[in-house]
Amino acid sequence: MSASQPKIRLKDLRKSFGDKVVLDGIDIEVGEAESLVIIGGSGTGKSVMLKCVLGLLTPDSGVIEIDGRDVLKMPGREREAVNRRIGMLFQGGALFDSLRVWQNVTFALMQQESISRSAARDRAIDKLAQVGLGSQVADLWPAELSGGMQKRVALARAIATDPEIIFFDEPTTGLDPIMADVINELIRDTVNKLGATALSITHDMASARKIADRIAMIHRGRIIWAGAASEIDASDNAYVDQFIHGRAEGPIQMEVRR
Amino acid sequence: MTAVFRPVGRIFLDFLATAGRIVLFMSNGVSHCLRPPFYPAQMLRQFLDIGFYSLPVVGLTGLFAGMVLALQTSSGFERFNAEGAVAMVVALSVTRELGPVLAGLMVAGRIGASMAAEIGTMRVTEQIDALTTLSTNPFKYLVAPRLLAGTLMLPCLVAVADIIGIFGGYVVGVYKLGFNPAGYLSQTFDVLEPIDVISGLTKAAAFGFLTALMGCYHGYHSRGGAQGVGAATTNAVVSASILILCFNYIITELFFGI
Repeated sequence: MSASQPKIRLKDLRKSFGDKVVLDGIDIEVGEAESLVIIGGSGTGKSVMLKCVLGLLTPDSGVIEIDGRDVLKMPGREREAVNRRIGMLFQGGALFDSLRVWQNVTFALMQQESISRSAARDRAIDKLAQVGLGSQVADLWPAELSGGMQKRVALARAIATDPEIIFFDEPTTGLDPIMADVINELIRDTVNKLGATALSITHDMASARKIADRIAMIHRGRIIWAGAASEIDASDNAYVDQFIHGRAEGPIQMEVRR
Repeated sequence: MTAVFRPVGRIFLDFLATAGRIVLFMSNGVSHCLRPPFYPAQMLRQFLDIGFYSLPVVGLTGLFAGMVLALQTSSGFERFNAEGAVAMVVALSVTRELGPVLAGLMVAGRIGASMAAEIGTMRVTEQIDALTTLSTNPFKYLVAPRLLAGTLMLPCLVAVADIIGIFGGYVVGVYKLGFNPAGYLSQTFDVLEPIDVISGLTKAAAFGFLTALMGCYHGYHSRGGAQGVGAATTNAVVSASILILCFNYIITELFFGI
């Protein structure tokens, strides 16, 4: 293993649903302890790409390497072992509404090791404190929480097993700008503290600037630009410029009938 | 000419594809019933939900089925001076047919719908994806406990429905039609063979399995938010009910056909 080996590498990843080509040859690398944010409009294939890396969808062709090993060719058990080192924050939080907050946070821990209920609850309160929630939240049901609190609980659940890689799917969607910034800060902090590699997808530029070391832009199933977060304003790429300034006019044509 | 055959072929192929998917889903679900890890808390919840909380509905169904059966047979058999056969008809119809079929249909409505709605909501809010990322197999966690509970609990419910149904026939027979209580009971016990009850309970196990399978399958494959979950719920109940009636004939043929 060389020191420069990327943590995650996607090579020529392709996926179609029927006639519709969603991923048309994605090539991207994420370095160790780096935070890469992939930006792009709705329906450009961001979520599908993330689901392929997580193993929720199987790509038609291509390579997904984690620590230099192709996860698509691994037997099921090894793949599960890799997945155990990955945390995921879902767009809507995806908290289990039949379980209390603390049971949600320690869900993976309870599956992996035999740990008593009270010990698990203590661990959950620890993790909740890391995302700025008090212990009184632990015994509530997810439905009793506000959107911002649900996101925080979901983040606590994603980091509960101290993963090496964390995925963020639209972490700020549905939050007001202030809560969005709080969540962005929290993501930045926790990722730094864990020393984890982060891969996020978003269409929120404020969020992308805040949490990214590097930014890549996806359009029509391909990565059309990638570079350091600080360079995005000088990308010289008409697509990127249109996206970060949020203009309706430009090379990206929305499929809207007028 | 092709315009006529094309839709027919399409429907036939769709039917085969769905049947294949259901068989794959079933074998996957059953194989996870047999392999650890198991989730005792999930199983207990399903056993309670299907077995215990369905008791009132199934009990009332059995009671009124037995009562109306006694009333109808007596008014019909009067013409042949064969009122003495009422106890026999009630005992045989309830244990062989009405107990399992009516209880199965009631449980299909109650449990099939709730399974499809719960799993469907988990699907559209990404909770099923979240299970996978938290190193938990959704088939083991969601499907296997429901299949087991359905298969094991419905026979218990039907045993209760049989007893209450025969009791309903007895109440009408003795208090309304004026039969001798001891005579009614001895006729009932004379005519009942173990095979009558066993065939009914076998049917119940099959119906419980089918109901749980349809609830899980349609919920698992639901998509598109509230409307999708609604459609999944309807499909689960309708397909479970039809399968129950269809398999009722097949199992009867296997037990009593010549």
